[in-house]
Amino acid sequence: MDGVARRLKALACTAPLHDLDARKTRLDWADAARYQMAEIGLQAIDQVTLAMDFDHGAAQDEVVHRLLPFVAAQVPGAPAGEHEQVGHWVIDNLINVGSLDRGFAVDYGTITEDGRYVRRRFDFKLLVEVAGPDGEVYLRASDEAINVLVGALDTDVESAQVAAEVKLENLISRGRLGDARLAAEQARYRTVQYAEALRQKLDATRRDVRSVDWLAAVPALLDEALTHIESRYKAETAILDHIATARDEATEPERRRQAAELVTVVGDCIQRHTQLQARLQEAGAVFRAEQDRQQFTGRPRRAAVDVFGQLLRPCLGLHVATALEPTAAFFRAGAGVKVPSVPSLGGLVETLLTPPTERDTLGEPVPEPELAPADPGRFSEEQWARTDAALPGAGQAVRLSALLAEARAADPDLPQLVALRALHAVGTAVATARSQGDPSLLLAVDDGTVLCDAEFGGADLLVGTAVVT
Amino acid sequence: MTLRPADVETAARLVAHGMRPKALPARDPAYAELVRRYREDDAFADTVQRVASGLGLVVLAVGPQSGIVLAAVEDSVFEIRMDEYARRTVLQNRQADKVMHGLAHLAVAALAFPRPDDLADDSYVGRVSVHQVDGAVREACRALEERVAGTDEADPVSDAPQLEEVWRAWSRRPEATATKDGRAGEATTRGIVGKALRFLAEQGFLVPAGGEGVYRTTPRYQVQVRELAAQRTFDELLALGVLPAATAGSLRGAPDV
Repeated sequence: MDGVARRLKALACTAPLHDLDARKTRLDWADAARYQMAEIGLQAIDQVTLAMDFDHGAAQDEVVHRLLPFVAAQVPGAPAGEHEQVGHWVIDNLINVGSLDRGFAVDYGTITEDGRYVRRRFDFKLLVEVAGPDGEVYLRASDEAINVLVGALDTDVESAQVAAEVKLENLISRGRLGDARLAAEQARYRTVQYAEALRQKLDATRRDVRSVDWLAAVPALLDEALTHIESRYKAETAILDHIATARDEATEPERRRQAAELVTVVGDCIQRHTQLQARLQEAGAVFRAEQDRQQFTGRPRRAAVDVFGQLLRPCLGLHVATALEPTAAFFRAGAGVKVPSVPSLGGLVETLLTPPTERDTLGEPVPEPELAPADPGRFSEEQWARTDAALPGAGQAVRLSALLAEARAADPDLPQLVALRALHAVGTAVATARSQGDPSLLLAVDDGTVLCDAEFGGADLLVGTAVVT
Repeated sequence: MTLRPADVETAARLVAHGMRPKALPARDPAYAELVRRYREDDAFADTVQRVASGLGLVVLAVGPQSGIVLAAVEDSVFEIRMDEYARRTVLQNRQADKVMHGLAHLAVAALAFPRPDDLADDSYVGRVSVHQVDGAVREACRALEERVAGTDEADPVSDAPQLEEVWRAWSRRPEATATKDGRAGEATTRGIVGKALRFLAEQGFLVPAGGEGVYRTTPRYQVQVRELAAQRTFDELLALGVLPAATAGSLRGAPDV
């Protein structure tokens, strides 16, 4: 695959995050423009990744709960309920609730060997809902999400791990604890990815020993993981050593705090390693037990179809349109028989003799509407009539200042209405007045003269009435 | 032995037992007696088969454990159609949804009888659960995905959904979604597999075994899959040229249907 396609895919993974900020203004339940949604999104992926362990993901409520401090920090004044709603909205959007596949897709083009341009679809997910052993639905972060998060968009797991460690040691020896903490967290994501790979292999083994290559692939993975744990052990011991020194030598409270935080992160790393190592040690036993269980049961009586290998797997490889017939054939043949339901005479008679339900032809009584008194207009009928008289007649043009002065002499409330009507007359559409059949229309033009008035500001408009012909 | 009209009635009664999927000879002495007679009296067996055939049914097997196992011939009134089964599907996705429902049934059978020997061994009892079935299909999908990873074929062509491979459709569909009422979403893969398991339990092919959604297979199911469903699908795939001739050879010795 060429670099452009790979970079396009990496770029696509960030699109849902940008989308969050683009769509936030459309939310009607909160003034969401104040929130940095992409930031909350990254925090959410972060929290889900950290909560992922061997068997579980993170429950959505739990993740939202952990997100609250970050959300609240952005808009401290908003009610806690809104913070929570924002958290749920961000997570729902990262899952893409509402789409059938609950994921994202982006089209990209590739050039085939014979020079044709072919559009392909890249499907990806950021947060995935999985069912836990207890039937609850948990969240897990996808590989794409972890890659977006750690910014290592196109790197090998193993090399990224080594790089992160080297960086970590360097940073600590140079005393840059904030960066060191970041590197330690990156290293922890890599550990989670290792654990995930192993979990998948073991799960597959429990189902069918033959589906996993225990001759070469799994021992290689186990070896790799063990070497990785060994080197991590060395690294972590060294790091703890360095931090202890850094903490003891630090005089500023900020440095001390950073060092203490790093101790927590490294402590969590070590715990995850112990967990991974325990699983690695059990892996061989799982294989042997499953092999015993799956290999030495019963003796073959007669040859039969290997449903998984000969039917299911080939079907999975077919195109959707081609697979329709074989899968439907299996269903028809394997679903058994249905007994057509026959209406019994007793039931039929009862149905026929049931009196129809009484229906009132007039329907429900119409409830008496409670009418609130209408808001009386700001200006009285009389005031309207007086402004009508005050406004210039056909063919005349008067300055707004003159009109205002005249109106103010008659009634202190009148200038307001005059000013509003003059303002309304700016840019009146002549065509509309003509099509409505109005005999004349009020026009106001700004010729650049500034209005000098105690009550109003702006341009001293030229107000005139034109006859529509 | 000459056949009397009363024997036809008795034969029809045995066929009727086959339409009650949960009836078992072990629980009903009259049924057990009919099964015994079928196995010992060839003329009676022939009558039963003819009665069934006249109704649009085929007798797959008659045994003391499974009872009489019937299958519907094509277009018979007893046939269950996919359109009726997967009625609540989104229109734009109908084709993929039908395939996924069919595939779920195939996967249940594959996991209930993981090895050919299990399907052949009459005493074998398989155990399946939603978790196991969906997990196995996803694992198989992942293996297929790994095969194309890094090549041009890693992603499907975007403007021809019918040319998308089945494994992509399955692995793209979420396994579970949190719904307001706490049940798994119906359009998810676990929802589709769960529907298949509940349906098969209703048809007397599976029996709930213990808690946590685990089912065990009944002898009826083994017969149905071995004698008919697996064979039909095998033939379909053979006709499509999907299966190489070498694997077809391993079927020799399979019982005649």
